[in-house]
Amino acid sequence: MLTPKSRGSLSEIVFATMQSPSPSWAPVLSTLADDDEDLHITLWTLYELHYRGFESVPDELEWQPELIELRRSLETSFEQTLRDRVPSAAPGGEFAQTFFDFVEDHEGPSLATYIHKTADHEQALELLRMRSIYHLKESDPTTWVVPRLSNRTKAAVMELQFDEYGCGDPARLHAGLFARGMDECGLRPDYGAYIDDVPLEVLETNNAMSLFGLNRRLRGAALGHLAAFEVTSSIPSRRIAQGLGRLGIPEAMIGYYTEHVEADAVHEQLAVRTICGSLLDEEPALRDDVFFGAFTCLDLEDRFAYRMLATWAA
Amino acid sequence: MSDLEHADVILCPGGPMLLRGDHVVEDPDGNLHPTTRPVSAVCRCGKSGSQPWCDGTHKVIPKQNRP
Repeated sequence: MLTPKSRGSLSEIVFATMQSPSPSWAPVLSTLADDDEDLHITLWTLYELHYRGFESVPDELEWQPELIELRRSLETSFEQTLRDRVPSAAPGGEFAQTFFDFVEDHEGPSLATYIHKTADHEQALELLRMRSIYHLKESDPTTWVVPRLSNRTKAAVMELQFDEYGCGDPARLHAGLFARGMDECGLRPDYGAYIDDVPLEVLETNNAMSLFGLNRRLRGAALGHLAAFEVTSSIPSRRIAQGLGRLGIPEAMIGYYTEHVEADAVHEQLAVRTICGSLLDEEPALRDDVFFGAFTCLDLEDRFAYRMLATWAA
Repeated sequence: MSDLEHADVILCPGGPMLLRGDHVVEDPDGNLHPTTRPVSAVCRCGKSGSQPWCDGTHKVIPKQNRP
């Protein structure tokens, strides 16, 4: 993957320094982000050093102290922003039903309904390009969490992740299904290909998952995010599949969404009951963070949906 | 109950029946449906559009009518 285009002073200096044969690190730590887009494209790029990296950036820079220091500084700011957005304390009561009710009671706009009934062909392809930033590394942020868990929760996460990763069959790996769908749609199936086209809301969504996954202290938020994601997937996936069918989108991409109708009907039960359930049995103090992660998942999806619906209405 | 309990079948309140492992499910018309994933969710509300598997539809029916 190539490094993204810079979106301001901070990303410009960071991307240039990462690719310099004789880097000078001081300016990386003394430059401030111009705005949220500049901050988030920088943070996304720093996170990518821990996933697949970039062709023009030496692999050794994954643990460059100045880049880690910068990442921590950007993460601190982003985490505070996310926590400030949470409107109320975590609800009490028996966990599983309380969690399902929490997600059900959350009101927000639905991109799936728009794709189902209203979107035109180009709008559907635009959504796929936006979603590709996550779907082409689907489930990877959750995998960071696995070694940070006790045995019960670790086994529960792997029961779900094994299905996400195709049960060992690369042809069934969810990220691979999406890549084949992209290819058949005439879109680029390569990882991160559309990063320069995505708005702030997509960067925030992806960075939140990496933030939660890569920080052990945020394991509760990571698994709460996972559960909210799964609980809001089955029915919307069916709507999107039907919308893509209406628009004549190739079968491979429709198949990606129909796979998620049944898979995520299983995964939502596992994520809430066996994964978050066992986590909170053992570490009840993480309950607030489970709901923090869940709210963040729902809220960031709302922000992205408002952004796209406003763009398409214009 | 042990902390390491690992049931073969989990009845989810208000939702599906989870089946761990490989099974073949016969639907009311006598058609056979093999499971294809490590854990499968069998519809219990009767409203799924993907019978015999759950598709999350139980969440859009009134709570008193859920299994």
